Amino acid sequence: MVYLTRKLEFSASHLYHNPALSAEENKRIFGKCNNPHGHGHNYTLEVTVAGEPDPVTGMVLDLKELKEILEREITQRMDHRFLNYEVAELKGQIPTCENIARVIWNLLEPKISKGHLHKVRLYETPDLYADCYRNGAHRA
Amino acid sequence: MMDGLKIELGRRYLFSASHRLHSSKLSEEENRRVYGKCNNPHGHGHNYVVEVNVSGAVDPATGMIANLADLDGFVEKEVIEPFDHKSLNEDVAAFRENVPTTENICKEIFERLKHFPEAKLERVRVEETGNNTFEYAGEEL
Repeated sequence: MVYLTRKLEFSASHLYHNPALSAEENKRIFGKCNNPHGHGHNYTLEVTVAGEPDPVTGMVLDLKELKEILEREITQRMDHRFLNYEVAELKGQIPTCENIARVIWNLLEPKISKGHLHKVRLYETPDLYADCYRNGAHRA
Repeated sequence: MMDGLKIELGRRYLFSASHRLHSSKLSEEENRRVYGKCNNPHGHGHNYVVEVNVSGAVDPATGMIANLADLDGFVEKEVIEPFDHKSLNEDVAAFRENVPTTENICKEIFERLKHFPEAKLERVRVEETGNNTFEYAGEEL
């Protein structure tokens, strides 16, 4: 098995607020991230696809194809957007790194035509990220 | 969410500390041979990077595996405060006998963090410099 990873960056704003909680609870749990006007990050996404290289092309998955999938599914959907209001898949969820990583997984997994999606890593800042992978998957 | 997906949170921390690699089980000459420059009697320092991975269910109310402020506070108290700007050999009891190689630092940090109450500690990765990285995930690794 070979693991191929492609990186991409996007910039977006978000805020953490749960309408089921009081204003004080929101402030206590989410701190600065609860600022009502939101704030933004430069996100870095690393997408890892696992598979055997095709004997003819030597590729697990054509990087151009992966690039196009990422452009269509992620960049166009999330880049320079307000995640809470403009990304339908995140409606009703707090757009934490954990939740965005899962949404990205669900968007990408059905689109990978060769090999299979192995891991999604989403950096919110260089010091904070979330990983998403299948339960029990070997952690390459 | 029962969708067969596992989510982990990764967080990086920094501390700066000095150490000296010297084993009481070896002769002076063997220590010099094994540890080279790192055996310098006055010690030397590094800017260490500690990367911590925890896993668990994402709480639907908060969208989080663990509250970041709680994780930061726990790591600060257990690792950063006792290690940062310290001499690991002199100031951290675990390294009085144990040589403070980054392998041992990694294991010691894992032991200190494995009781984090809000999520499961998956692994600890320590960078001694940008070129040397060590990882420990408990005994199953």
